[in-house]
Amino acid sequence: MSLLQQAPFPSPASIVPNTEALAKISFIGTRAFLLEAPGAFDLPNQRRIWALSRALETHEDIAEIVPGMTNLLVLLKETPDDPQAVVRHLQDEWQRSQGIELAGRQIEISVTYGGEHATDLPALCDLSGLSDREVVRIHHEGIYRVFALGSAPGFGYLHGLDPRIHMPRKTVPSLKMARGCVTIGGMQTGVAVLTGPNGWNSIGFAELQMFDPLAAVPALMAPGDTVRFRPERINL
Amino acid sequence: MIEILETGPLNTVQDRGRPGNRNIGVTASGAMDPVALEIGNILLGNPQGAAVIEVQTFPFRLCFAKGGAYALTGADCRAKLDGVALPPWWAAEAEAGQVLELFPPLRDARAYVSLAGGVDVAQVMGSRSTSLRGSFGGLAGRTLAAGDGIATGPVEPAVLPKGGFGVVPPAVALKDVFPVDEHGALLIRALPAGEHDLFGADADRFWRQPWKISSRSDRTGYRLSGDPIHPVEVVEMRSHGVVPGVIQVPPAGEPIVQMSDANTAGGYPKIAGVIEADLWRMGQARIGSTLRFVPATHAEARAIEKALAAYVEDIRNTARLVRKALAAMA
Repeated sequence: MSLLQQAPFPSPASIVPNTEALAKISFIGTRAFLLEAPGAFDLPNQRRIWALSRALETHEDIAEIVPGMTNLLVLLKETPDDPQAVVRHLQDEWQRSQGIELAGRQIEISVTYGGEHATDLPALCDLSGLSDREVVRIHHEGIYRVFALGSAPGFGYLHGLDPRIHMPRKTVPSLKMARGCVTIGGMQTGVAVLTGPNGWNSIGFAELQMFDPLAAVPALMAPGDTVRFRPERINL
Repeated sequence: MIEILETGPLNTVQDRGRPGNRNIGVTASGAMDPVALEIGNILLGNPQGAAVIEVQTFPFRLCFAKGGAYALTGADCRAKLDGVALPPWWAAEAEAGQVLELFPPLRDARAYVSLAGGVDVAQVMGSRSTSLRGSFGGLAGRTLAAGDGIATGPVEPAVLPKGGFGVVPPAVALKDVFPVDEHGALLIRALPAGEHDLFGADADRFWRQPWKISSRSDRTGYRLSGDPIHPVEVVEMRSHGVVPGVIQVPPAGEPIVQMSDANTAGGYPKIAGVIEADLWRMGQARIGSTLRFVPATHAEARAIEKALAAYVEDIRNTARLVRKALAAMA
């Protein structure tokens, strides 16, 4: 006998058991709990992470919330007596979390594609089988969302890269990639904010300053922002 | 006001750091040995979390341009004031023109020089800690150099007994709480992390073998050498937030423990996370020394935190009484 026949509810949808996969929740040391969304690395999942982040903001025992790529790190103010209760609570909040759309800003970044900083453009052409012009066109025609900030001050992980120009991170990082390099790491893109070792692949350069530690709001980007790259120069 | 006369590389101004900014990619930074930071400030009656000088390369010499109280905590670096030996974990008064010298410690890694009133540099994002990677905070975002003048904050008048006073170091007072093994290896308590079970039989080896702190270790992280460990299967990880103490295992199989200048995000498999109350001991562990990881629970971590907090509180109360008595006599 099916549940539908027994159910007194008007909508069959409301009695379908919740078969949604649970989030994975693990510890990093004593105060940090990492919640990882099940399922795809995509915008709907990230919207649920944004929603969860917002729901947890008002919790008094939480010191810090760090959204990642379809995951969320929660730092408590104190080491909990009952960590399993924290895990259950986070799982409940995740199950309740409906995706929200963040009203982000529109950010346009002028880019010089090719040239001295585009050290990995030839390799990306080889990998994709596309010409350098095609790679550049596909990159600047994309509309990207800032999923999260991290790794370096003000660095935004941008989602929405065309699969044709996905390129794995390097196994041996470039030792001194310049701040401003426009890069591709796997299925993500971004703009390097510090000069230093970097495992992403550079295809261009942007002048825009992404971070100012002395500003009231130090980071230019925020989760939910929409980013477009404007080809200022193409040096191929 | 003091002047740096001589310093090795990588010595910086640090306080408790700037947590709360990882969501914009900013490392917390802060003293590698937060217990030494806390005690130094307590001895001087400084505000909690006042900034100090973290010395990790030696020799280090400074001159007191004006007189003032100072405290030495952390590694015993056989300090001398105008050539006269000072005990470790000690606070005293210096006269104008006197020179304080710190020499390479025989054990432990980092010494802390606290100054009455605290190191007075501008706060950046709520902290005076130097972020070398971000090039901000501390003294213009850089390491200290000979010739640097360092200002101090406002000071309450004369608070120290004549000749100074000191405390029993935490490694001595709490030696049962923070043990070493029979070979002198630090026993560092850690909780299994997200990918622990992916390491299969290698996870047991992670806990059993001693790990040596490699020379490629700094405030950002410690690389450990030992018999490499590998996950049974390679999993594709998405970048996520991390905190100091996370033990990640890159493809080569030798773990990295993130420290005070930890990256804010990571994607390597994590086998474990060091309990926060043991991080100060890691911060004092020297390159070339060995440590072993011991599996712990949240309850055990809380018990260790309580013992440490009681030690700090005891010193805080005693220092307060000493100051009160001195004020009454004055």
